[in-house]
Amino acid sequence: MGDVVTMDDLTNDEIIEILDSAERLVPVAKGEVNLPLLEGKVLANMFFENSTRTRMSFETAMKRLGGAVLNFSSIGTSVAKGETLYDTMQMIDGYADVAAIRHPRQGAAQYSADAVEIPILNAGDGAGNHPTQTMLDLFTIRQAHGSLEGLNVVLVGDLRYGRTVHSLSHALVRFGASLTLVSPTTLRMPDEIVSDLRSHGAEVTETESLKDQIAHADVIYMTRIQKERFPDEDEYAKVAGIYKLGASDLSGAKKAMAVMHPLPRVDEIAPSVDSTVHARYFQQAFNGVPTRMALLCRSLGVKVPKKVK
Amino acid sequence: MTEMRRVTAIRNGTVVDHIPSGHAMQVIRILRIDTARATPVSLVMNVPSDKLGRKDVLKIEDRELNQEDLDRLALIAPEASIAIIRNHAVAEKMRVELADDLVNIARCSFSNCITKNNREPLPQRMRVVAHGPLEVRCYYCGRGQEIDELIENII
Repeated sequence: MGDVVTMDDLTNDEIIEILDSAERLVPVAKGEVNLPLLEGKVLANMFFENSTRTRMSFETAMKRLGGAVLNFSSIGTSVAKGETLYDTMQMIDGYADVAAIRHPRQGAAQYSADAVEIPILNAGDGAGNHPTQTMLDLFTIRQAHGSLEGLNVVLVGDLRYGRTVHSLSHALVRFGASLTLVSPTTLRMPDEIVSDLRSHGAEVTETESLKDQIAHADVIYMTRIQKERFPDEDEYAKVAGIYKLGASDLSGAKKAMAVMHPLPRVDEIAPSVDSTVHARYFQQAFNGVPTRMALLCRSLGVKVPKKVK
Repeated sequence: MTEMRRVTAIRNGTVVDHIPSGHAMQVIRILRIDTARATPVSLVMNVPSDKLGRKDVLKIEDRELNQEDLDRLALIAPEASIAIIRNHAVAEKMRVELADDLVNIARCSFSNCITKNNREPLPQRMRVVAHGPLEVRCYYCGRGQEIDELIENII
């Protein structure tokens, strides 16, 4: 099946194959080449929670490949009237060929995948997983380093609620990465994830200090402390703004070190970093288009040609 | 066998032996034995055992455990041995075996799991990811479940 709910749904070979396809699709993603591989296909964008980049890049990806998009938002629809996710997804099963789903509740993507026939791409479920973000993150890392193998990756910020880092860390250890997890103790990576990472034989270090990690990092992956996931304002205030990266902090960094961020940022990365060679986050946001193109093709069983022109 | 004589033999029903010491009450809960209305249940706790050091034993009269009961039981008493008694004799012996996929055994304990909306029709599912020590996660949301919570959330 073409479901991608967690990174476990893809083997390492499949990940590489998707990244290779995505690379070939870059000119199509930029609108330089017309390649209507998905003409006549319909993507349902099922966003039960707000999204900017993920929703729009899915939409662009589908449209650049000649497909059509149904946009769903839970506000003012049958969901507001109390419809179950199961029932909403039954409807979409009849309307679309593939669905991208984002939902505030964890497990919603797996639940949807079990509820319907069409392939489901998890576009973020609560604090759970966000595998399509991981694919574009891996694409960006490979662009910066030429390979995914054996990198020192520093994940920073909200590691407890941050679904992007949950999926990304799972994928990175499969390629032999050493991970340094930088967070306040209240936002530590969940125990079951740390235990999974270590069971893959990965070297995982947990710390509260970012500054000591910069010199040996190949990737520094910053995340926003997500106010909306905190149960109360006081708890948020204690940790808001504790990790900030400015251009001057990067003077001792390796030349190829990539600073990444799933965006939106608040104040984790100062604008002064934007003009350094390390800044990769805007490119990362663009990379969502070719990687989601490749993922949509895979889910719909459409082969990306070896030569795109 | 001296410990078996601490309570009288039963005519019909089930003997659950080799329950980890101190866990018999949890077994009663997990088997959904309604203590207010059930048929007689004899409970022996903390008796010596060659296999476990100490163990609990439960004798449930007039109820034969089925496979679904055994699946639940495996969560807290993975070493348990089961004897179905008919007319004072052991009619059947069974062992519990923890399945990898636990369907409709317990609700997920995580407050933000999709299955918390009890109008959602798909079954509750748990995955057993490790046996020693036991590690159980919700199939949908992936959250690890404490054994005490699982017992609390038995369906």
